[in-house]
Amino acid sequence: MNNAAVWGLLIAVFVACFVEMVEATTIVMAMGYTRSWRSAALGTVAALAVLGVFTAAAGYALATWLEPAVLKLVIGTLLLIFGLQWLRKAIYRYSGRKAVHDEDEIYRDEVAAAKAAGSAKPGVDLFAFTVSFKGVFLEGLEVVFIVLTFGLSARTDSDGTGLDPLWYATIGAVAAVIIVLALAFVARKPLSMIPENTLKYGVGLLLVTFGLFWSVGGLGAFFGEPDGIQWPGNDLAIVGVLAITFALSRVLIGVFRSTPGPESVPTADRTASEGVTR
Amino acid sequence: MKSLRAFGRFWYDFIIGDDWKIAVAVILALGATAAVMTVAHASGGSLTPWTLLGAGLILAFFVVSLVLDTRPKK
Repeated sequence: MNNAAVWGLLIAVFVACFVEMVEATTIVMAMGYTRSWRSAALGTVAALAVLGVFTAAAGYALATWLEPAVLKLVIGTLLLIFGLQWLRKAIYRYSGRKAVHDEDEIYRDEVAAAKAAGSAKPGVDLFAFTVSFKGVFLEGLEVVFIVLTFGLSARTDSDGTGLDPLWYATIGAVAAVIIVLALAFVARKPLSMIPENTLKYGVGLLLVTFGLFWSVGGLGAFFGEPDGIQWPGNDLAIVGVLAITFALSRVLIGVFRSTPGPESVPTADRTASEGVTR
Repeated sequence: MKSLRAFGRFWYDFIIGDDWKIAVAVILALGATAAVMTVAHASGGSLTPWTLLGAGLILAFFVVSLVLDTRPKK
C-alpha cells in the first residue's frame, strides 16, 4: 500500500472508532457513577470478549470465502450504505433539520434511567451490567464493522509488501480506544468537549468515499476481473471522490438551510436496536 | 420464531438504519452501473472510465433520497 492509502485507512478507522468509543464511554460512566463501577466494568469486559469472538469469526469467514473483487463489492456496498446514513444525519444536523448530538444530554438520560431502576443490589448489579454490555457491544460492533471492512478491502488493494492493512485498521482502532479511555480517566465526566458532530460528519465523508471506491471497483467481479476494476488514477481517485462528496454535502447543507421544509426529518439518533448511533 | 425475527430486525437496523431509501439508492446505482459496464465490456472497451459514472449515479441517487426525505408534507 502507498503512504496516502495507509494514512487514509488509519485516519478513517481512528476517527470512526474515536466517536464510537466516546459514546460507549458515556454509557459506562453513567452506570459506574450512579450504580456500580464493578458491574459496569464486568459488562464492558463481557461485551469486549463477545466482540473479540465475533471479529475473529467474521474476519476469517470474509477473508477466506470471498475472492477479492466480491469482497470489495459486498463490504464496499455495506460500508457505502452505512456511510451514507452517517452523512445524511450530518447534513441534517448541519442544516438545522436535526438536533445535534449532545453527549451531556445522553449522559443525563442514562443517569435518569439508572436512578429510575431503583437502588443497586449488592454483588453484580444486573442493570448496570446489562446497560454497559449493550452500550459497549452495539458501539463496538460498529467499530468491528469498520475495522473489518476497511482492513479487508484495503488488503485486496495491497501489493503484499509492508504490514497487512488489517493491522493498520486494528492499530487505528486500538489507538482510539486508548486515547478515549485516557481522556475519560482524566476528565472523569462525559467527553462532551469533543466536537463529536464534526467528527461524525468527517466519518460519514470517509466511509462514503472508501465505500464508493470499493463497491464500484468490486463490480469487476461480474466481468472476470478478480482484483476489481481500476479507477482512473488508481488510489488517487480516493482524494477526488472525497473532494466531490465533501463539496456535494456543503451544497446540500446550504440548500436545506435556505429552503423551507420539515424542521425535524424522520431520523432516529438511536435506532430500534437501542444503542446504534450515527 | 420471535428471536429469529428480532435477530433479523437487529441486523436490518444495524445496516439499513432508519432510511431504507439509501440502501435502495445504492443498489439501484450499482445495478445501473453494472448494466452500462456490461454493454461496454461486450464491445471490448475498458471499464475504468465507467467507474466515474458509478460514482456520479451513487451520489445523484443519494441526493434524490434526501430530497424525498425533506420535501414539505402536504
